[in-house]
Order: sequence, then structure tokens, then C-alpha cells
Amino acid sequence: MANVFTNIGDWVTERAPNMMPAYRKHMTEYYAPKNFNLWYYFGSLALLVLVNQIVTGIFLTMNYNPSAAGAFDSVQYIMRDVEWGWLIRYMHSTGASLFFVVVFLHMFRGMMYGSYKKPRELVWLLGMLIFLVLMAEAFMGYVLPWGNMSFWGAKVIVSLFGTIPVIGGQLVEWIMGDFLPADATLNRFFALHVIALPIVLLLLVVLHIAALHEVGSNNPDGVEIKKGPKGNRWDALKPADGIPFHPYYTVKDLVGVGFFLLIAAFIIFFAPTFGGWFLEHDNSIMANNLVTPAEIKPVWYFTPFYAIVRMIPSFAGTAVWGVLAMFGAIAVLFLLPWFDRGKVKSIRHRGTGYKVALGLFVLSFFGLGAVGAGITAEVIPEWFGDVDLTTYENAFGRLMTLIYFGFFAFLWAYTHFGWEKTKPVPERVTTHD
Amino acid sequence: MANEVVDHGRRRFLTATTAVVGGLGIVSAAVPFIKSWEPSARAKAAGAPVTQSLAKIEAGQMLAVSWRSLPVFVINRTPAQLATLPAVDSRLVDPKSDGASAAQQPKYAQNETRSIKPEWLVIVGICTHLGCVPNFVPEIKPEPFDPNWKGGFYCPCHHSRYDLAGRVFSGVPAPKNLEVPPYHFIDDKTIQIGVDPKEAG
Amino acid sequence: MTKRQLLMKRYIFPVALAFGLIVGSASAQAAEEGGLLPAGTNVQDQASLQRGAKLFFNYCVGCHSLKYMRYSRIASDLGLSEQEVMQNLNFTGARFEDPVVSHMPADLATKWFGKAPPDLSLEVSAKTADWVYTYLNTFYLDPHSPVGWNNTTLPNAAMPFPLWELQGLQTAEMKPAKPGEDPAVEKLVLSQPGKLTPAQYQQATRDLTSFLEYASEPVALERHHYGIWVLLFLAFFTLLAAMLKKEYWKDVH
Repeated sequence: MANVFTNIGDWVTERAPNMMPAYRKHMTEYYAPKNFNLWYYFGSLALLVLVNQIVTGIFLTMNYNPSAAGAFDSVQYIMRDVEWGWLIRYMHSTGASLFFVVVFLHMFRGMMYGSYKKPRELVWLLGMLIFLVLMAEAFMGYVLPWGNMSFWGAKVIVSLFGTIPVIGGQLVEWIMGDFLPADATLNRFFALHVIALPIVLLLLVVLHIAALHEVGSNNPDGVEIKKGPKGNRWDALKPADGIPFHPYYTVKDLVGVGFFLLIAAFIIFFAPTFGGWFLEHDNSIMANNLVTPAEIKPVWYFTPFYAIVRMIPSFAGTAVWGVLAMFGAIAVLFLLPWFDRGKVKSIRHRGTGYKVALGLFVLSFFGLGAVGAGITAEVIPEWFGDVDLTTYENAFGRLMTLIYFGFFAFLWAYTHFGWEKTKPVPERVTTHD
Repeated sequence: MANEVVDHGRRRFLTATTAVVGGLGIVSAAVPFIKSWEPSARAKAAGAPVTQSLAKIEAGQMLAVSWRSLPVFVINRTPAQLATLPAVDSRLVDPKSDGASAAQQPKYAQNETRSIKPEWLVIVGICTHLGCVPNFVPEIKPEPFDPNWKGGFYCPCHHSRYDLAGRVFSGVPAPKNLEVPPYHFIDDKTIQIGVDPKEAG
Repeated sequence: MTKRQLLMKRYIFPVALAFGLIVGSASAQAAEEGGLLPAGTNVQDQASLQRGAKLFFNYCVGCHSLKYMRYSRIASDLGLSEQEVMQNLNFTGARFEDPVVSHMPADLATKWFGKAPPDLSLEVSAKTADWVYTYLNTFYLDPHSPVGWNNTTLPNAAMPFPLWELQGLQTAEMKPAKPGEDPAVEKLVLSQPGKLTPAQYQQATRDLTSFLEYASEPVALERHHYGIWVLLFLAFFTLLAAMLKKEYWKDVH
């Protein structure tokens, strides 16, 4: 039996000599640092969720009707009339939210351990591009059920582009293909969501992993294992602190997959709307251009960025500053490798100032999310009584915005002027052993 | 902590077990996706039995009813029309519907009139040649396609002919008699197409 | 474990978690408020669903459709036979496999009430069970309203109250009006009793809300059953995977 596989292997190798070496290069002979911790599960989990979105998405497309007249009904058709349609739909909606949970944690790992620093800036940039495309993909996917939140979310987000001076109005009409989100908008969002952006996403993911494999993975200690001693149990020329990705990390990631699927399954089968956070109440009403939902807000994973838009006031006759700030919030993430002038990668060896700043950055992200999600609007009257909501919310939200951007400014100054007191970085990685 | 000897046997066992369990999981996960291709409740509803009142169908008249997207002809045959049936037996491929057309009707329609009640013919109007819808030509008079025409169905596509019980004539392209769908009488003036009399209880 | 990791575990994680929980609980707390009565529905209670279905088809389907629900689905989910559904619930003359569509013509309804009675298939999804339950309990007679009825949960709802026979007649005691403002409702009082006691009426509206909650998501009746098996399987698989990982990692130091 093994002979058959060897023969096939030989046949392929004769015709594509680099295929087997490519497999080895990326799996059994890719030496990853042996000290990966919990934070290192999220890359493979992101890949798992991507596969889930594609497979469930394909099956949803089989029964979904991408017209303004039929979209909402077709989702109910999938939920009620299509055999197991409800499961496919819940897997897709839960996957979309979990995608962002995983990606946010994955990005945070990069921030903590300095995985964006030289020579991995390209990996980080490709990752940020994936994040950008993912946000566009999620936004368009959210419009497809054509519920009232789909419609009004589309209206608000597209009209952000209307704040751009001179070309704004025309741009908005061009994006929508109509004077308001309509059949034309839905149809093109469907095409982009189902085929165009997934192709781009897949391409970027391939490049992201390829770029990583070129330079090798970082690790929680920020130690460059390629610069350390050479020679491990499997290869005398490879890093001493490296272990083959396969089987060690394939087997470890499998455990991560198991835990993740447990959480996903719990949500899908026992709390698919997740209290209205994953599937929002207002989207159970069909799109209605005459009735705005009482609390219009974006889906949870956009809330911090949307809050930034709201916190920046209009002046000089235009509201474009909020939009610029929102894009700026993502731009500063792109530029993180250049804001951070420090030489030490991992938070484990960085100065206290950095740790405090990063902690505040995380708090600001949650705080902004609370503003964007309308939590502050509900909680302020309860905690402070009959005060002017806008004043209090703006005060809090603007403080959070300041902290968010302040992190990058601080990081630059902290590392550029040499205020950071780092600890010595060890030669070898540290493990629990 | 000390260098333990790699237990290849245990590794193989655990790998195999995990692979088998994981494989079972993937196969089970595939089941809902495959089953989602089965006819949905909406498709099944469209294919559901159809109830039809016979009150307005006068003697000699035909009503076409849609059942499972098929045209079903419901015809109120006159005594004169019923009398033509034995007369054409010799010109038919399978006059008793027990040869090539044995599967074209339920047991209760395997008779001379191919129906439950003699006067009411319930027949699927799809030609057994290549699927066109035949014309209902009930008048007993000579026709261009048959000087000895005793009434029946004439398919315009390739000129197949059937008698007033839907039985196919010899020498035409169609091989079988027109299909009789499952049906039963709810009462004297109402039929339900899609359900046999036994099932209806 | 290194000192650093200990620091993270003891201090950083708990603080982050606490912050997250504060934000989370603020959100949950905010959701509980809003002055709604707790519906106390239980879609797993089939008897309640059956009673609720009966109420819906007797009092609501004259105006309101459930266009995403088929009679056949209601029958199989609620443990009713085709005959029981067609005789006791089907007042719209539809086939057994057809959806529940009210025969109230939309244009006439708009003329009479100002707007067409909305389809209720997803009402509980959109508004929550508590809202629907409260709505059904807060109708009151209002001589100023075109239909003679008003509702404190949805002011000026333009909906006549079909359940008054059961609940009885509620009237509103108004707060003293501030100058320049419309008078507000202080509380509702049962001026004339109906066929049901207040407790019975609350149970009836609970049943009706349960039925609508079921109609919003029929699969809620069965997804838990699949879920248990899936979770058990995944727990078993994760355990196996962990054992496999541990075995392989024995030789990593």
C-alpha cells in the first residue's frame, strides 16, 4: 500500500521537482520557536474560520436571493425551509464575529511581542491589508440579509465617503449605484462579497504566510532564534531553539481548534444571536428607507472605529475630519513598525512605560467600543443621573480617542528619545520546563 | 524533564485514534451540507397534493390542473366517448396497460377506462415520447392525422396519438400510455391529485 | 513559570477581565432596564405553545400574517395532527403546506388603521419577548384614539385590542399634565373584569408570546438537542487531541 503512495510521489516529483520540497519547507522543515504560548493559536484559528466562512458562504449562496425584493425572504427561507439551512446560516454569522475576535487577538499578539518589527514589517503590512479587506468583506456581508440595520448601516457608512470635499456626493452615488442603498447596491455588494474579496483575501493570506516563512516566526521572548546557536535534534544547521512546525505545532494547533470549536458550537447551538450582538434585533425587520432604527450602531467589531468618527467634531463646514480620524486609526496600525523605534521586541523585556501604554491602548479600544455600541449612552444616565448625555459621552469618547492615538505618539517619543529602559534580552528562548 | 524515549507505538495509536475521531467529525459535519440539497419545505409544498372540484366540468369538457408543475388533465367523458374505447383496442400498443405501460398507472387505474370512476379521466398531459404537452382532440370525426379518429390526444411535436383513455396508438413515436397520477375521490364532486385512495384512508 | 508570567496571570489578566466584565455587565444591565415586564416564556413547553397558537389563530390572524410559518411546520413542531391544525387553527383557507397569511387586504387596513398590520413572524426577534408580552398587557381605552385603544408600550399603536374580552377593560390614570406638555399615563387600572382573572390573562399572554417566540425561530425547539451531542463530541475530540499533543511534546525541552 505504501508503495502506491511512493510511486505517485515519484511520478509527481519527476514532473514538478519542487513540490515535495515546498511541502517540507513549510511544514516538516519549517523550524518554529519552541516557546509558542496561548497567543500563538490565533493564526491557525483565523485560517480555520476563513475556511468555514468560504464553505458555509458557498452553501448560503445556493439559496440566497441577491435582490432587494427577495433577499430578506430568502434568508428566512434558508432558516426555515432549507434542510439544515439554519445551521449553515448560524455557522456563517457566528464565524463572522469569531473571525474578528480571533483577528483582534492575533494582532494584539503581534503588538505584545513586537512581531511587526524588522525583519517582519512585510508580514505585518500584509496582515494589516488582510484586516482592511476583512472589514470591507464583513461590511458587505452584513448588508446582504437586507434587514433594517443592513440598510441603515450601509447608508451611514457609505455616506461617510460623502464627507470628502468636492467629490463626496458623486462618490456616494457611484458606490451605491442609486440615490440610496438599493437593489443596485445589494447586487454589487453580493458580487464583491461572494467572489471578488474572497479571492483577494485568499491571495493576501498566502502572501502573509509566505512572507512569514521567509524570515521565520517571532516568539514571546522576542529572541531571534535564527541568530542564536545552530543545531537541533532534527537538523544540525537549523536554529537550536526551533522545532519542526509539523508535527509539533500541527498537533498543538489541533487542540486549539478543539477548544475554539467548543466555544463556537456553544454559541451556534445555544446562543446564536449572542444576546443581539452577533445577530442584531433590528435586522429582523426588513429594510425600510423611511424608518431608522432607534439606536443605529454598527456591528460590534466596527464600534471602536465608528466611535472615533463620532468623537471628532465637524468644523470648517465639513465632517470629513471624523472620517479621516477613523482611517487614521487604522493607518497608525499600518505604521506601527515605524512608530516603534525600540530595538527590543517583546513586552517581557520592555520598559514599564510601554506596558502601561499598551494597557491603556487596550482600555481605550474597549472604551471606544462601548461608545460606538451605545453602551455609554445607556449607562451614563444610570450612573450620573440627568446630565447632558452628549457632553459626558464626548468627554469620555474623546479621552479614549486621545489615548488610542496617544499610544502611538508616546511609543515614538518613548523609543526615539531613549526614555525606555529595557531589560536584557536572553540569548535563548525561555520555556515552562 | 529528562530525555524520554520516544514511544512511537503510543504516538501511532494516538495519531490514528485522533485521526479516526476527527474524520468522523468531519463526515458528520458534511451531512447537513449534503442534506441541504434535498427538496426544501417550499419545494415540497409546491409538490403537495392538489384538491380539485369537479362541479364545473361539464360532460365532454377538460380541465388542466397543475400538480408538481405537471399539467394534469381532468376529463368528464361522455357515454359516447366511453363507447369508443373498446373499438380502438386493436390499434393500440398496450390496450390493457399490462405490457410496456404496466408502470404507467396505479393498480386502481389498470382497467379499460384507466380510471376509478368510468367517466372521470385523470391523466398527466406529458407525451411519453419526449415530453411535449399533447392537444385534447375529443371530437369523434376524421382528422388530417387520422381519417379514423375516435377522439383522444394528438401531440403536435412528433405526431404521437392517444385514445380517450390516454392509451398510445401503434406506429407512433411514443412508446407508452399517458401516465395516470395517484388520485382519489374525496367525495363525488371532488378529487385530490397526488394521494392514492388507500393512503387517504 | 517565570516571574513575568506570574505577574501577568495574577494582575494583568484579572484587571483586563474586570474591565471587560464591567463593560459587559453595563451592557447587560442596560438591556434589562426599559420598564418591560418579564415575559417568562418557555418555548420548550409544548402545551404553552399549543395554547398560544390557539389564541393567535382565534384573535390575531384576522389581521396579522405569519408569512414565514407553514401550517405543516406548526403541526409537526407543536405535536398537532394535520386534522387538528386544519380544523382548529386554519381560518385562512390555505392548504396544509402553505404559509399563514391573513386575508386582511393591505390597502383597506391602511385606510382603516393608518397602516397595514405588520407580519408577526419575526416580531419577537425584532422586539424581544419581554416587549411583546408587555405590549399585550398594556392596552387601555383611549377616547382620543381613532381605534378607541392606546398602548403605553407603543403609544398611538393604531391597533384595536382583540383580547379585551379576556383581560377586561383597562383605563389609564393620568399624571397631572405639566404646562405645555401632553398628559402622561401614571398607571393602568382594570375598570371592568374580563373572562380571565389577571393571573390567567398573564398566563394567556405568556402563552401567546411563547408561540410568537417560537414562530420567530422554529428551530430553537431542536437546536439544543443537536448542540449537546456536538459539544460532547468536541469535548471528547479535544481531549484526544490534547493527549496526542502531550505525547508528541514529551521530547521538546
